[in-house]
Amino acid sequence: MQVRLQFPHPTRFLTRVLLLSATSAFSVGTALAGPTGSGHGTPPSPALRLATWRVTPVAGGSVGGRVVDSKGQGIPGVTVVIEGTTLGASTNATGDYFIDNVTPGPHVLVYSSVGLISSRITVTVLDGQPTQVAVTTLSDNITLLSEAVVVGYGTTRRQDVTGSVTTVTTKDFVKGQVTSPEQLVQGKVAGVQITTGGGAPGEASVIRVRGGSSLNASNDPLIVIDGVPVDNQGINGAGNPLSLVNPQDIESFTVLKDASATAIYGSRASNGVILITTKKGVDGEKMRVNFSSQVSRATNYGKVDVLDGNAYRTLVNNAIAQGIIPGSNAAFLGSANTDWQDAIYQTAWTTDNSISLTGSAKHVPYRVSFGTLDQDGTLKTGNLKRNSASIGLSPRLLDDHLRIDVNVKGTQADYRFADQGAIGGAARFNPTQPIYSGNDQFNGYFEWLTGAIPNDLTDRNPVARLNDKRDRSTVLRSIGNVQLDYKLHFLPDLHANLNLGYDVSRSNGTVFVPGTSSLAFSTQGQNNSYRQEKNNKLLETYLSYGKQLGDHHLDALAGYSYQDFYTYAPFRFAYKADGSRVAPLDPVQDPFKTQYTLLSYYGRVNYNYKDRYLFTGTLRADGSSHFSPDNRWGYFPAASVAWRVKQESFLLNSTTVSDLKLRVSYGSTGQQDITNVAGDYPYLAKYSIGSPAVSQIFGKDTIRTYKPAAYDRNLRWEQTNTYDVGLDFGFFDNRLTGAIDVYLRKTSDLLAVIPIPALSNLSNTLLTNIGSLENRGVELALNYNVLQGEKLTWSVNANATMNRGKITKLSQVEDPTYQGTPTANIGNFQFVQVNAVGHAPNTFFLYQQKYGEDGKPLQGPTASLNTTQYVDQNGDGIINERDKVYGKNPAPKAILGFSSNLSYGKASLAFTVRSNIGGYVYNNVAAGQNNYYGLNTTLGYSANVVPDIYATGFKTGQPYSDINLEDGSFVRLQNVTVGYDFGSLLKAGTTLRLTLAGQNLLLLSGYSGLDPERATGIDSNFYPLPRTVTLGLNLGF
Amino acid sequence: MKSPLSLRRGGLALALTAALLTGGSTSCTKDLDREPFYDLNTESVYRDPANYIRVLAKMYAGFNLAGNSGSPDVFAGQGKDEGETSYLRAYWYLQELTTDEAVVAWNSPPLQELNTTHWTSSNDLINNSYTRIFYEVALCNEFIRETSDDKLSARNITGASAEQARLYRAEARFLRALAYYHALDLYGNVPFATEADEPSKNLPKQITRAALFAYLESELKAIESQMNPARQGPYGRADQGAAWTLLAKLYLNAGVYTGTDRYTDCLTYCTKILGAGYKLAPEYQLLFMADNNVTSASEIIFPITSDGLVSQSYGGTTYLVHAAVGGRMLTSAFGVNSGWAGNRTRKNLPLLFPDPASGFDSRAMFFTVDQNLEINDLTAFTDGYGVTKWTNKTSTGANGNDPQQIFVDTDFPMFRLGDVYLMYAEAVLRGGQGGSQTQALDYVNALRDRAFGNTGGVTDGNITAAELAAPDFILDERGRELYWEGMRRTDLIRFGKFTGANYLWPWKGGAKNGQGVSTNLNLFPLPSTDIVANPSLVQNPGY
Repeated sequence: MQVRLQFPHPTRFLTRVLLLSATSAFSVGTALAGPTGSGHGTPPSPALRLATWRVTPVAGGSVGGRVVDSKGQGIPGVTVVIEGTTLGASTNATGDYFIDNVTPGPHVLVYSSVGLISSRITVTVLDGQPTQVAVTTLSDNITLLSEAVVVGYGTTRRQDVTGSVTTVTTKDFVKGQVTSPEQLVQGKVAGVQITTGGGAPGEASVIRVRGGSSLNASNDPLIVIDGVPVDNQGINGAGNPLSLVNPQDIESFTVLKDASATAIYGSRASNGVILITTKKGVDGEKMRVNFSSQVSRATNYGKVDVLDGNAYRTLVNNAIAQGIIPGSNAAFLGSANTDWQDAIYQTAWTTDNSISLTGSAKHVPYRVSFGTLDQDGTLKTGNLKRNSASIGLSPRLLDDHLRIDVNVKGTQADYRFADQGAIGGAARFNPTQPIYSGNDQFNGYFEWLTGAIPNDLTDRNPVARLNDKRDRSTVLRSIGNVQLDYKLHFLPDLHANLNLGYDVSRSNGTVFVPGTSSLAFSTQGQNNSYRQEKNNKLLETYLSYGKQLGDHHLDALAGYSYQDFYTYAPFRFAYKADGSRVAPLDPVQDPFKTQYTLLSYYGRVNYNYKDRYLFTGTLRADGSSHFSPDNRWGYFPAASVAWRVKQESFLLNSTTVSDLKLRVSYGSTGQQDITNVAGDYPYLAKYSIGSPAVSQIFGKDTIRTYKPAAYDRNLRWEQTNTYDVGLDFGFFDNRLTGAIDVYLRKTSDLLAVIPIPALSNLSNTLLTNIGSLENRGVELALNYNVLQGEKLTWSVNANATMNRGKITKLSQVEDPTYQGTPTANIGNFQFVQVNAVGHAPNTFFLYQQKYGEDGKPLQGPTASLNTTQYVDQNGDGIINERDKVYGKNPAPKAILGFSSNLSYGKASLAFTVRSNIGGYVYNNVAAGQNNYYGLNTTLGYSANVVPDIYATGFKTGQPYSDINLEDGSFVRLQNVTVGYDFGSLLKAGTTLRLTLAGQNLLLLSGYSGLDPERATGIDSNFYPLPRTVTLGLNLGF
Repeated sequence: MKSPLSLRRGGLALALTAALLTGGSTSCTKDLDREPFYDLNTESVYRDPANYIRVLAKMYAGFNLAGNSGSPDVFAGQGKDEGETSYLRAYWYLQELTTDEAVVAWNSPPLQELNTTHWTSSNDLINNSYTRIFYEVALCNEFIRETSDDKLSARNITGASAEQARLYRAEARFLRALAYYHALDLYGNVPFATEADEPSKNLPKQITRAALFAYLESELKAIESQMNPARQGPYGRADQGAAWTLLAKLYLNAGVYTGTDRYTDCLTYCTKILGAGYKLAPEYQLLFMADNNVTSASEIIFPITSDGLVSQSYGGTTYLVHAAVGGRMLTSAFGVNSGWAGNRTRKNLPLLFPDPASGFDSRAMFFTVDQNLEINDLTAFTDGYGVTKWTNKTSTGANGNDPQQIFVDTDFPMFRLGDVYLMYAEAVLRGGQGGSQTQALDYVNALRDRAFGNTGGVTDGNITAAELAAPDFILDERGRELYWEGMRRTDLIRFGKFTGANYLWPWKGGAKNGQGVSTNLNLFPLPSTDIVANPSLVQNPGY
């Protein structure tokens, strides 16, 4: 958190600059601008502080005083600044502060601290005299964060939290080129795994809180932005719907993990809840402009190791000579040496600028921001241009009885999607063939042909894929709300809160391929468009009541919520490049239009006795239009207790233990998000109209078909029961703080698409409530302020998560011979994972490869499965499904994050290291290309291979061999940031900070492919995560 | 310091909040009754009799198409090839790849299990066929349920509309019987449900093979009179001829299905068909071309229709044409854009012809250039002769309708007169009453006349009564006439040659030269997925 030094009168501070620039006062100011300024609860030791205070005095007086909270206790870490100067100090452990070298005359002292309402006091300083200021009381500001923790429907003091809640604020965010908000906290939160989907601009991430609680329903956490639970369905034309929020606007992430914290969100809380709060203005603050500009350069490091042209020619010729492949394949060799990967990748530049105005106009705090991003992908032609704006107003009316918060965020994003098919294509395309054929056909690109037309059994020229396809979209999204919180005049303990919100998006996209291109040859090009509208509405209202009666404190909350999700997409015909329709006779089809509604009642009671014994109970009743009236309502209770052990007499005076709290919680949450599997009306008997291409001919008539769909009228909620025991602790005056949690989550009534008895319904599978799954784990988070000197500070943060998932039930009837539901199609309907009872979700399910004495993998006389190549596990002499082995799974055994923040004076150095240990990854690139099949297809082309072929000698692909399975453990240097504060370089009161950030600088892994970090555990030619270097400038005035 | 004004304003806000807290909630509860904006439901479909033919169309399409352009009717497994769930393709896999007539090169374990007569109950393709069959039955059950006389009158459907609905209902019962017949033949003792059983996840009961046989016999006899007369309905719709042929097939194999031979009944129904005016197509190859619906309509009793524009699927005949093209075969010669290099034949089939490449018997349609007769590697397309029988070329040499040449127009003759000729002959030879050896010989020689292109009294290739009566002649002739038409496994079983060691083919039982296999393989296993899902089922012996 950067301390804002305020200079209201330009002329006055110019003089001051002249007066002060030669003094050491600067160092005080700039030191404050460093991380120490935010160190609530971690005050510098008085001795250190004194040493700084007693710097050579210049002329002037001094000011001293004390800041206390509403209970009269000193507050450490409050920033006290003399307005219009860079002079200031922080309060020490007892809340005392002292400012030296103050020019005589009247001054305004500005007190500020995160989580507290700022205050201003006028004092008059006399030359050469200390001025004692009256004790200043700062009260909690619940709209700010930190000590106040955002929880569902409100905030609470950190000390009162009884559930597992982690907050990350601006100062700890990942720096550098961050395009999408979730990347701000990657590696920062125990129990949260964020896996970037790939290197494309605005690419989506997979976020998992404590593993997945579902197999088929969504495993995404609920994301609530400024009180608006946002739609987690994708937005057509937007790579990642979250990237439509500018990360620069975000103040904090709060992750609610256990059921005690999440149950207030009921049926959407099973996968955790992430509360995102945006930055706000503060009452009484002068207008402050913050400008941030970043430019970054992204390059891929490494590429998929495939043969070059010469090596490929040698391999083919040798293989022919050895009789491995027929001589006819020599015909596919060209004379070129093309590195297809070099041909599709580029160095990509990104500029990211944003400006914000924060302040308060007539007690209406405001923040207005505008951001513009222009990001190129390292895969050529990919680009994202994003303009975002946000407005936040938080007026307080009626003597502070009515608090209004208005948030409006709007984004326009223009995407140009590069065809990611080019990535795998480049790894496979024949390196002896040129990019350009030398003739005009297919826009000049070389293509494999069948007769005169492109051979559709192989890859298109990867360069053509990028250049010939223009896949663009424009997406508009706005999220906003108005929240009214009224403290009743006649009963101030009672608040009435009303929140009206919306989340709307509009997207338009086109995909154009010219008629001359090889990409859409059969349709003479492509000129298709799509549009989508989403209108999601929110109405929430609640009453909350808080009362302290002696040693008893009670908070109660009761609310109602209505949320409606509406999606519409018109039907569009398919067009050729020239604008004529591909199938002119096809009739117009219905648009896509769907809607669902969630209606909820919820309540929460917090009780604490002597701030020592805490209890929280919540209950939410959710009604979802996804389910039939009989199963529509679900009830989600949770309860937790916490014991603040520190408050007990035996610890109260301990100097070692500064905080200790034991938490125990149990609760039930639900999962109703099944739209992706079953649509919005899964319980209804539906008929669908067959497309014109699947009609039936009767005599001379062509009849469109009507087809009934399978359905389960009794579909209901998934239920997750979570048990959590946690310990929050602080030692040595909270220099070392942390939390440890142990949890068990059991999902029952798992919504799974299961095989149903033949004949029982109108398909062979049905989405129904069956099966159970459990996750158990341990999370540990530690913060340690290693050094906290005046100039030199160093803090480190470490977190670790160990989660184990296991399927405990998967079918209506137990059958030990049932091997499970295959998952992870790696292409050509080949499945390499399985969901099976007793194993982790998506466990790899493969044959055990045999190796010869020379260490080379064995292969049989024919390509059929055989016991020469694979271990015959059941010894029946043949190799079939029964010989597959339940192996490793993609989920890491441990997820580790480590961050360090070091600052010395004006300079700072921060880095984040992430590591996953013990997860496995299936190298599908090698699986596809470690064999001679690509050289010998008999299909009119030959394709490149990986050098593994020398080791395996496989004649055909062995997708089910465990040779393709590798340890996916890695250590990634996620982020390194070097910053320097120039402070008031131009004029006093301005801030200037330069940062140089590197992302993804180092990846240590034994994995033979490019990058083992895949959410699914399958590495299939994904878009490489680039290495990015960002130069950033932050200017405030 | 509260001003009266602010107090009043506050009161307003409170009132507003209170109103929202109480009133808002009640008025919105009904919003939970969301209904689809466009989707049809059972009631809205059956309210309008004009919709009935569309549901009927789906039941017919169910034998060919995999689903609705990206939304498959049944799931082969997440992300698995939808085309493989096509009824016809799945059925063909089991009836042909398991026999002496065909092998496939694609190196997927379940396919190779079929190649090598070595499957388990978890074989995906055995599951696909099973699933597809019972999906078809469920579709028919739904329609039959919704078109009962009670439902028709409850929906006020009367007069000509009701008559038409009854005709459709009879056809739906035929289609259900056809699907059940396949279940009977492939799996034997299977789950059984009729229109009386509503969609659920309840467990259907198992029926024995003999009981299912009896049900099908009675069902087909019951609907016979309600269907269009033979050859009188629109091409592509099942009529009495189709019902008779299905009965004839049931009776021909009755010994296998029930232990009791019914050759006389078989002859009865063959005779009905033979009296209905069907004629052989003028040339053998016309039956397997893109315009066979025109050139061969006189012979085809019941087709699975296909069109490259309006009935697209990667199953059906699109599969049959593409999968057989590979090696040096020119895709352009078959009217398709690509060959899938999958299906070839084992040597037994070409060796049924005196000289496969002679061209004397026009039914010997093999591609031999750079193809080996012997199969050393099942997954090498060039091992085993190619078969050029199925094509997307028309009789005039044009391509089918699909300009992209992906989907083919060729109809699949599920039942055709040539088969009935051979069934007649076989039933006579096996002792059925009501036919004659002379007639049988005439029918067989009629097929051979066509095969050898005889005109004007030429009798090339004709056989004698003695040759006809030779052991295995009928089986061999059925091979020559009907290969790759999805009948081989049934025929081999009827002749006792599918399992055991008295007849071998390359890779039978997994050995290159073939080896005997257990007789339990005469029935496919009930798929393990269904055994799990429906514990009331008893698995077939040996699995």
